[in-house]
Amino acid sequence: MVSRATVPAKIETVCLDAFYGELHAIRDVSMLIEQHAITALIGPSGCGKSTFLRTINRMNDLVPSFRVQGSVTVDGQDVYGQGVDLVELRKRVGMVFQRPNPFPMSIFDNVAYGPRIHRLVGTRDLPVVVEKSLRAAALWDEVKDRLREPALRLSGGQQQRLCIARVLAVQPEVLLMDEPASALDPISTSSIEDLMTELKRHYTIVIVTHNMQQAARVSDKTGFFLAGSLVEYGDTRELFENPKDKRTEDYITGRFG
Amino acid sequence: MRRRAYEAELEALNQDILRMGSMVENAVRASVEALARQDLEQARMVIDDDAAIDGMERGVEQRCVNLLALQQPMARDLRLVATAISIVTDLERMGDHAVNISEVTARIGVQPLIKPLIDIPGMAALSQKMIKGSLDAFVSRDAELARATCRKDDAVDSMYEALFDELMGFIVAGRDESVSTQAVNLLFVARFLERIADHAANIGERVIYMVTGRRETY
Repeated sequence: MVSRATVPAKIETVCLDAFYGELHAIRDVSMLIEQHAITALIGPSGCGKSTFLRTINRMNDLVPSFRVQGSVTVDGQDVYGQGVDLVELRKRVGMVFQRPNPFPMSIFDNVAYGPRIHRLVGTRDLPVVVEKSLRAAALWDEVKDRLREPALRLSGGQQQRLCIARVLAVQPEVLLMDEPASALDPISTSSIEDLMTELKRHYTIVIVTHNMQQAARVSDKTGFFLAGSLVEYGDTRELFENPKDKRTEDYITGRFG
Repeated sequence: MRRRAYEAELEALNQDILRMGSMVENAVRASVEALARQDLEQARMVIDDDAAIDGMERGVEQRCVNLLALQQPMARDLRLVATAISIVTDLERMGDHAVNISEVTARIGVQPLIKPLIDIPGMAALSQKMIKGSLDAFVSRDAELARATCRKDDAVDSMYEALFDELMGFIVAGRDESVSTQAVNLLFVARFLERIADHAANIGERVIYMVTGRRETY
């Protein structure tokens, strides 16, 4: 199923198949992901949505038996092409995980970590980048007076926003979010959702979520995965109000099986 | 994964609308019947029974709010709940118009009718068909029947226009004040029936949305 986007596509997969050894985890997925929009991927556990997300910045490369067929491109550039610099790719396509995973260092050093190793700015300019990233992640006001404190002292929601700031500090173009709020309380969850809406003006966001209401709240486009296939993909409002495929209908109305 | 309590709630919502629909159907039928037979007792009953219809409206609305708050319905369930909220508003208005007709009946009292009632019962019959059609379309999730119901509204409108002209004749002639007054009262009845048909057409449109997810206007 190919869905043609009306606005520029940032990411495109064509006939993408992915395997973990014998397990066929993604089946023939062709998908255009819009620039500066939030695309949500939903579906039951094991449907392939996280695997799909991780093909976009090749996070699955670490799994020995993993292989893909078909193509994934970001801005027309083949992610699995020869000579792709993985470090460069993951700088452009950043990732936020389910559990906040700050490094065991200060708040400042967490955010400065990426710019330092990528040598994006000189030491003198680091504080500027750190402040800008923390502001963009809506965390600055809460931490500006304690930048030297250990990041692990922050609350879960703050830690997750710190991880987002850490990703933003290397100036990515795409943010992949794998259940970014599922370990957070409702207040932290809404601050992450508000943040996503802010960020989409400058970034292309793809989020995997088990929470359908969250997908409905934050995303512009939603894709429903089932057994490795992209069953339905379209405008979020349309998909939740009037899905085209009976399997989507059954899943989102909770009448599965 | 089955959501039993949820599905039971949705089914109860369906049943509520059907029950309220048949109460309103009865009220409209009884109100016109009472007018034609000058049955003041029956007109009184229609007026008294309206409280139950109003109560149903509040009950269904609350059920819908509960469903939205507690179950977050999606897709066809969401469309059902959204449709139910607006259908009960239309049904409640129809009930009010049945009351309005009954109030006219009470005002006319035992005074002889200025003309044999032919067109008003005709309009009433068609309006009732529309109510029944829209509710049947709701029950059977039948968009085509809903469309056919909406299309009947034009015929009701033409009947209303014809009646308007005829009754205006009585009013303008102004031979006798009691004749003019009754003509005005009957004109109101025609107007109430025309409104009832409009509400039935609204329900038809809502049912089309519920079934297809698309909005159509007639």
